[in-house]
Amino acid sequence: MNPALQTLLMVALILFVLLNLAAVLIWLERRLLAFLQDRLGPNRCGPFGLLFIAADMIKIFTKEDWVPPFSDKPVFILAPAIIVVTALLSFSIIPFAPGVVILDLNIGLLFFLAMSSIGIYSTVLAGWASNNKYALLGGLRMSAQMLTYEVFMGLSLMGVVAMAGSFRLSDIVAAQEKMWFVVPQFLGFLIFFIVGTAETHRLPFDMPEAESELIAGYHSEYSGMKFGMFFIGEYIGIMLISALIVLLFFGGWMGPLLPPLVWFALKTSVFIFIFILFRAALPRPRYDQFMAYGWKILLPLSLLNLVATGGILLAAGS
Amino acid sequence: MISLLRSLWLVFLHLFRKRATIPYPEQKAYLAPRYRGRIVLTRDPDGDERCVACYLCAVACPVDCIALDATEDEHGRRYPRFFRINFSRCIYCGFCEEACPTYAIQLIPDVEMGEYERKEMVYEKEDLLIAGQGKYHGYNFYRVAGLAIGGKDKGEAENESPPVDLRSLLP
Repeated sequence: MNPALQTLLMVALILFVLLNLAAVLIWLERRLLAFLQDRLGPNRCGPFGLLFIAADMIKIFTKEDWVPPFSDKPVFILAPAIIVVTALLSFSIIPFAPGVVILDLNIGLLFFLAMSSIGIYSTVLAGWASNNKYALLGGLRMSAQMLTYEVFMGLSLMGVVAMAGSFRLSDIVAAQEKMWFVVPQFLGFLIFFIVGTAETHRLPFDMPEAESELIAGYHSEYSGMKFGMFFIGEYIGIMLISALIVLLFFGGWMGPLLPPLVWFALKTSVFIFIFILFRAALPRPRYDQFMAYGWKILLPLSLLNLVATGGILLAAGS
Repeated sequence: MISLLRSLWLVFLHLFRKRATIPYPEQKAYLAPRYRGRIVLTRDPDGDERCVACYLCAVACPVDCIALDATEDEHGRRYPRFFRINFSRCIYCGFCEEACPTYAIQLIPDVEMGEYERKEMVYEKEDLLIAGQGKYHGYNFYRVAGLAIGGKDKGEAENESPPVDLRSLLP
């Protein structure tokens, strides 16, 4: 088959699967949250309530799509698109199984970091364009949160990069043939997990949308599918961070017996579950505590991790 | 940090707990026998209406949802000509049941009375009357009350001695 056509097919397939999974995750999160709270959750519509996904889609597509007259219209409309586009673009470098990847970039990890930085513009611009003080506060928090967490998001991954000797994700997975990087890079894993939660602004780090303080934060003024886009972006973000954790620290698709794609999906869903468990179990910290935690604890720790990894690698002479 | 991990673990364990939700139409919540739900009018053991149309329930009702009109049958026995409860107003406080001197009006553990039309919530006497005696069995007001009605004169009620002729007591 024509390689260009093959790539296009792969892109279409991955887009289709991802967007559908994002919709499924909305249902999954509602049900899992309910289970974690001794409830049953949505279980009426179809088997296990699975048709809620369709119902949710119909609802959100038929809602009034209101653009506030006081908003900055072009930016207001652009903002939700950015988060979805960047999250989907990040997925182009994710190798789901050997060979199942759209773009095996040799700077894959850097591409992801760049895309996640651009993705923040979505929330910041949404907060600014809404022309609403709560939305602006949300956007402001998001930018501060990202300035803080972007720093050691990269730093926490550098240990893995140093051990694998490559930014290419498939090389990093291949380097974990003998031992998953979660063992030597446990600190890096912890920091990346925390930062990833902050990056997708999921609870407990959802300060930009903290509903008890800021109504809904940066998406207070959004409705209809624009609001839905933020959520699709958020859920794709969860999948992205989970997939990256699996690739970088848990040996990606590697595992006995089952085919690689199944191993990858299994490991990723475990981390998606932990994301939802976070939401069910942990309270939101105060904003200043959160920032202090980032600068005073996580940054030194990630630096320490990087220095130690580098030192050991140097001493080992590799 | 330890406390965070602990709370994560404890919340995770809730996954395996018994659900607090009752999936309602398939599985019903337990309603105690004396639960205050739908209001019924009961009958005495002979199958006659217990209600004597004394209006006490209508007076006791805090939201004024009970309407009735008294009348008498050929035996001199009182009964309501109509008896109407507007359940869209009723607050199920049970004051009518407490006020009722003849155990006629009773609240039963049934709450499934949703309707699409508001006027369907107005129950007439034939909707309210049930065939049985409700919570208090064997009670018949006219059989214990010292009231003369057709077929039962004074002194013929249960545990009632015949009336004393006062003139016979004269010296």
